[in-house]
Amino acid sequence: MALSIIESCVNCYACEPLCPSQAISLSGQHFLIDGTKCTECDGDYADPQCAEICPIEGAILNAAGEAINPLGSLTGIPPFKMAQAMAEIQAR
Amino acid sequence: MELKVLGQDNAAPQGGCSSGTCGSSEDGMGHLPDAVREKVHNHPCYSEEAHHFYARMHVAVAPACNIQCHYCNRKYDCANESRPGVVSELLSPDQAAKKVLAVASEIPQMTVLGVAGPGDPLANPERTFATFREIYAKAPDIKLCLSTNGLALPDHVDEIEALKVDHVTITINCVDPEVGAKIYPWVFWNNRRIKGAKGAKILIERQQKGLEMLLERGILVKVNSVLIPGVNDEHLKEVSRIVKAKGAFLHNVMPLIAEAEHGTFYGVMGQRGPSKQELSDLQDACAGDMNMMRHCRQCRADAVGLLGEDRGQEFTLDKIEAMDIDYEAAMNKRANVHAGIEAHRDALRAEKELADGHETLLAPLGTPPARIAVTTKGGGVINEHFGHAKEFLVYEASPEGIRFIGPRKVENAYCVGPDVCPDGAEKGTVLDAILDSLSDCSAVVSAKVGIEPWSQLEAAGITPNGAYAMDLIEDAVKGMYGDLVDQGWSAKDLHVQAAS
Ligand code: SF4
Ligand code: SF4
Ligand code: SF4
Repeated sequence: MALSIIESCVNCYACEPLCPSQAISLSGQHFLIDGTKCTECDGDYADPQCAEICPIEGAILNAAGEAINPLGSLTGIPPFKMAQAMAEIQAR
Repeated sequence: MELKVLGQDNAAPQGGCSSGTCGSSEDGMGHLPDAVREKVHNHPCYSEEAHHFYARMHVAVAPACNIQCHYCNRKYDCANESRPGVVSELLSPDQAAKKVLAVASEIPQMTVLGVAGPGDPLANPERTFATFREIYAKAPDIKLCLSTNGLALPDHVDEIEALKVDHVTITINCVDPEVGAKIYPWVFWNNRRIKGAKGAKILIERQQKGLEMLLERGILVKVNSVLIPGVNDEHLKEVSRIVKAKGAFLHNVMPLIAEAEHGTFYGVMGQRGPSKQELSDLQDACAGDMNMMRHCRQCRADAVGLLGEDRGQEFTLDKIEAMDIDYEAAMNKRANVHAGIEAHRDALRAEKELADGHETLLAPLGTPPARIAVTTKGGGVINEHFGHAKEFLVYEASPEGIRFIGPRKVENAYCVGPDVCPDGAEKGTVLDAILDSLSDCSAVVSAKVGIEPWSQLEAAGITPNGAYAMDLIEDAVKGMYGDLVDQGWSAKDLHVQAAS
């Protein structure tokens, strides 16, 4: 049972000091979770701390590989709006 | 009568004020108690006059943030403190301290070190305070300041006081959780992400508590607000009243900058920023007897140099490594340079007092006001060429005197290099952007204006002028206003501009 951080992490360092299991470290291009250390914060906090503070949608996955903070859940930008804006910028 | 130069209490533009009631206001600080004035006298961000002479720098040591603002994309730096879309090179506290000591020895005008991001300094307390401790130990003459969203502020007031941090900036956009819910989607509080008005309420309470705690201990507090049309524009008047009543020494209203490219909520959702006139109207409404920081340049979080200039490229990590710095000698040099600057400022003040005694109206009463843009590299004089300017300072002249309206930044200077001017279509767009940002101005005064932009400026109803090179800015603005009046210029209706 462990969470993971993927490459959309922007290296903001917010999660690292919060982890009760010292499972998070900067390695290579971005932060990573050591799956052997991560406890999903069980016994320490009600919610996994890294996923609670991470500002980047989709950067942290649960054990099943799903985004804990899916698109739109943190910024409030509806995904279709974001797609529309991106398409408009591309078209310029 | 006393002419108000750079004065901010424009609530009474007709009468000016009788000498003695508002004191000398050339630094826009006339209303402040002496102790506060003394503290901000040399601070380039807070004193309107000092920013021409002194330098400040920011270091990027604090990457994490504990809230989300709708005008910020956390892929970039904190939008409260830098322009959107900027990414700073993150420094360790050690590297940052080295950089500060290097800059302070190379640029002796340096007086202030700020930590403002890329995230929230107090969401990274170890990194922020380690940097401050190092500087406090090795260069105690440098003033420390930090900016924060306020959420963690009450927890760190002791440390802020212990390190003699003398300026704290809190970004306060609202005092009502319902308004806050439209600005802050969430805050991270007590190990949980709290969304909506509930989260905003916590943030607001912490900001106000932090503000009060700092003021109780005599630490200067500036409040920043981002003006978001339709969200907090009217509300900011109440914010201003409250923070002023509590004792913040300055309230700085900055415009929202929102573009879809930035990927922020406001950018993508099409929230517009305020027009120049909306901004200056709100600043007027909030000003009252309080100083508004109209010369704020929304500098980058890792900017180096005088306001409006960035010499960051001279101080990259490898260049700093190669520098050999004698802290003692550098501090003595700074003391000497600062003494020289003060002597110069005293002389300027004395000259002005002499002149003020003989001052008459700049034009017959009833003459409409004119906005005049100037270009400067610092030192308080007209010493920048039109083609090299990436920033224009806009003043408003009226028969009773002149006042500072604010800086206007442009993305590109008209000329690319010292001798290279753009050609063809490119040149057109660059100049269009400049003309657009100066649309409310009747004249632009530079050290020099090239032939091509000269005719385009004229065509746009902006009189170019290169005759005041090396003159004091305020003299040049007054002179230019006189020239306009003599030429019978057609005044721009400054309120029609508001609609655009
Ligand atoms: S879920 Fe908890 S234990 Fe696992 S990495 Fe995140 S903070 Fe650490
Ligand atoms: S909080 Fe998110 S974005 Fe920031 S370092 Fe951790 S995983 Fe990366
Ligand atoms: S406080 Fe600064 S870094 Fe944090 S979300 Fe707001 S603008 Fe961004």
